[in-house]
Amino acid sequence: MKAPLQVTVLQIDGREISAHADQTILQVALENNIWIPTLCHLEGLSDIGACRLCLVEIQGIAKLQPACATRVREGMQVVTRSARLDKYRQSIIELLFAERNHICSVCVVNGHCDLQYLARKLGIEHVHFPYMYPNLPVDASHERFALDQNRCILCTRCVRVCSEVEGAHTWDIKGSGIQSRVITDFDQPWGEAESCTSCGKCVNVCPTGALFQKGKSVAEMAKQRGFLPYLTMMREEETK
Amino acid sequence: MSERQKARIATVWLDGCSGCHMSFLDLDEKLLDVLAQADLVYSPLVDYKEFPENVDVTLVEGAVSSLEDLEKIKLIRARTKILVSLGDCAVMANVPSMRNPFGARAVLERAYLENVTLHPQIPQQVIPPLLKRVRPVHQVVKVDVFVPGCPPSAATIGYVVNELLAGRIPDITDKTRFGA
Amino acid sequence: MTREELDVIAAKEQEAAARVKRHIHVCVAAGCLSSQADNVLTALNSEIRSQGLENECAVKGVGCLGLCKAGPLIALENENVMYGNVAPADVPEIVKALDGEPVERLTISPHQPFFERQTKIALENSGHIDPERIEDYIAAGGYSALADVLNEMSPSQVVEQIVKSGLRGRGGAGFSTGLKWSTVVKAVGDQKYVICNADEGDPGAFMDRSVLESDPHRILEGMALAGYAVGARQGYIYVRAEYPLAIKRLKTAIRQAERAGALGVKIFGSPFDFHIDLRIGAGAFVCGEETALIASIEGGRGLPRLRPPYPAEYGLWGKPTLINNVETFASVPTILRRGSEWFAGIGTEKSKGAKVFALAGAVNNTGLVEAPMGTTLREMIFEIGGGIPNGKKFKAVQTGGPSGGCIPEQYLDTPVDYETLNQLGSIMGSGGMIVMDETSCMVDVARYFMEFCMTESCGKCIPCRVGVAQMHMLLTKISQGQATMDDLALLEELCDLVRHTSLCGLGQSAPNPALSTLRYFREEYLAHILDKRCPAGVCEMQPEAEVYA
Repeated sequence: MKAPLQVTVLQIDGREISAHADQTILQVALENNIWIPTLCHLEGLSDIGACRLCLVEIQGIAKLQPACATRVREGMQVVTRSARLDKYRQSIIELLFAERNHICSVCVVNGHCDLQYLARKLGIEHVHFPYMYPNLPVDASHERFALDQNRCILCTRCVRVCSEVEGAHTWDIKGSGIQSRVITDFDQPWGEAESCTSCGKCVNVCPTGALFQKGKSVAEMAKQRGFLPYLTMMREEETK
Repeated sequence: MSERQKARIATVWLDGCSGCHMSFLDLDEKLLDVLAQADLVYSPLVDYKEFPENVDVTLVEGAVSSLEDLEKIKLIRARTKILVSLGDCAVMANVPSMRNPFGARAVLERAYLENVTLHPQIPQQVIPPLLKRVRPVHQVVKVDVFVPGCPPSAATIGYVVNELLAGRIPDITDKTRFGA
Repeated sequence: MTREELDVIAAKEQEAAARVKRHIHVCVAAGCLSSQADNVLTALNSEIRSQGLENECAVKGVGCLGLCKAGPLIALENENVMYGNVAPADVPEIVKALDGEPVERLTISPHQPFFERQTKIALENSGHIDPERIEDYIAAGGYSALADVLNEMSPSQVVEQIVKSGLRGRGGAGFSTGLKWSTVVKAVGDQKYVICNADEGDPGAFMDRSVLESDPHRILEGMALAGYAVGARQGYIYVRAEYPLAIKRLKTAIRQAERAGALGVKIFGSPFDFHIDLRIGAGAFVCGEETALIASIEGGRGLPRLRPPYPAEYGLWGKPTLINNVETFASVPTILRRGSEWFAGIGTEKSKGAKVFALAGAVNNTGLVEAPMGTTLREMIFEIGGGIPNGKKFKAVQTGGPSGGCIPEQYLDTPVDYETLNQLGSIMGSGGMIVMDETSCMVDVARYFMEFCMTESCGKCIPCRVGVAQMHMLLTKISQGQATMDDLALLEELCDLVRHTSLCGLGQSAPNPALSTLRYFREEYLAHILDKRCPAGVCEMQPEAEVYA
């Protein structure tokens, strides 16, 4: 028999909140309608704490901690909004805009994009870092989908969904640092990637227009993410 | 309100498609309300040749792409109290900046050499010299208000202008966004 | 092998050594090898043979003798004579002088602060033993700590000794070694691992390399002791591929130790088994970060992951893992042999023992030194290091590699320990110490380290991946005289962002070289920005051409 789940009480933004001891700060916050921005996190995929948007302040801990990967503790006091956090979150989003060539007005997911949404929600009306304008390719070799590196933010949701959910591990990252790129099958053109099952999960979890369905024009591509929690739930049922 | 107290507003068109100006004109009859409070002292829509002194508000459409744009915006900044980056080209260099990864030379060759069959040559006189990189306005001069959107809606522009004329700095965060 | 057999080997070696009148040591560590020490060794051997002196002179290649700037080095052990800058052609003269006065033009005085101010713990055998012979190590007391501990102490007593010694991690952050060991002890798991982090990557740092090349058995003994203490039976040494000599010597040492029964099953007749394997790093700096290193050993991309859980709980293959740096393991056998009180008696209140530093840059005695914690920077640079060459003026010392900072003249009397360096905006790091004189431009130095961090960022988290690249862009702009005061403000903003939001230590410390130079040499930044001038004359001003063509 499984041990009963422990219940904890903590404070988020001054509110007393009860939670299961195995929950993350992010899960508890969302359940209580406290919004914390996220980008690399997606329900149904493993958390890697890489985008740093969900960093929160925890009393007694000097360093900021990612809400997506930090478990709640009894008596924990969490602050999810502060002038400092707001500023950091804006800067992180602005850095993404500066890193690649995000031209919202001609993007296939204009209006349905997580990056664009976060920029608006965080009150960003311009990017105060210099744009880097890298010269990046588009891979349209796949029959149904395309990859535009100009719009990739390297969240690795595609890598994780392909490996963890589809089990194909077609996607990975090559290079490092500012030279990092998502690749398919040892950097082969996507259309020649033999491991790809063409399931399209990567396209749907992609937060931006980096991965998109061919034949869609500006603003026509909305991502369908419902499958992921559903699949996760069904698989958990299966293994019970 | 006497004529002398009327605010002086201007609009300029740098490297953009003029869509932001079209959206501005979409204010339609509300333009009359704006003009009741302010004089349009310079604009591609009117016929003044030189950018005047002492302008209260200038709406800038377009990115800074050429030497001409650069000189113009510096002058405008010097003569304007509140400079507004209007639309994505001014705010983030948008479509004009898509040449930046390739460089200006590649664009000129494509336009004037590769795709031309009769006397292909890069013009030296008619077009102003291009900058190495297309830049958003705020990376060249100080900008006071940012209004993203491609184009920002007429309602957004109307709100921005009215707020500025009322002496307030508009908060556009829930009105428009990049690519809107 | 039993403890008694160990003593027999040691006695036999010492006896054999005593029979020989002279011991001539030629440094064959990387520094001297790069200036042809191997040819000197060959020449010396053949000269000794041709003079018929084989029976009275024992020639051997040894590990680092320390004063790298004067390599190749030869030490006459019995006479306390050292020769520097030896060429193969000098060898006949050296051999001829063995019975008379030393060759004056080659002599390096052993009575100088460089040698006399050092306290050798991790380096105690360096330069004295042949790193390719286990018998040499045993004769110097090697493996006796392991043999004794296995037969006389419980694992918890070993941990207690390390706690009491006050030893702190020598790889960078200075975390208490005893605390780390006791955490791994407490972690629950049927299998535990010990990892030696030999992925030394800081520019200008060669401490670990030298220990590995000069005294590899010491690392094996330290790791086996750690394995016994925390309950691990398998160890890995993660060593970078750029250290081929260290790899070769480690391989030899592991083979010898297994054959002798100092590693493997039932070590020294005890029930304790311990195996060590090598894992070769492929050159990523970030793999020195413990979670990235573990990912690399597991065969994945060398990417850091979130901590907690810490490797002590959830490390290699998800098992509790102890991971320490080379120099930390190198200190362990000596601590257990000589006692924790002895070790704790050296150093400062919070930083115990001695630390190996790689002195490099604009300093007379470039080389490897081991000095007690609490030695001041001035002593390090002007006494041990012999000051600044060519009559130039000291400007700054960079400690801690790309994660460290530049410390100016006014703080030279600061005693070096973990806390004081942190307060100055730098870190102890692994022990790199790069001295800079007035001909160095601090903006250029910051730009150099930022470029290093940019190239070595793994790219996983956004602040480090993009923020560091942006900072590099801004520093380049400043160094070329193209920046404005707004750019400087942006740089400072990015420093704060990257420091507080990056995922791992690499990103969190990447702004340090910029922050410390901004703190102590702000006027140099202003000269580049406002006057379009590089005070040190290093940076070339390049007014930006706005217009194409």
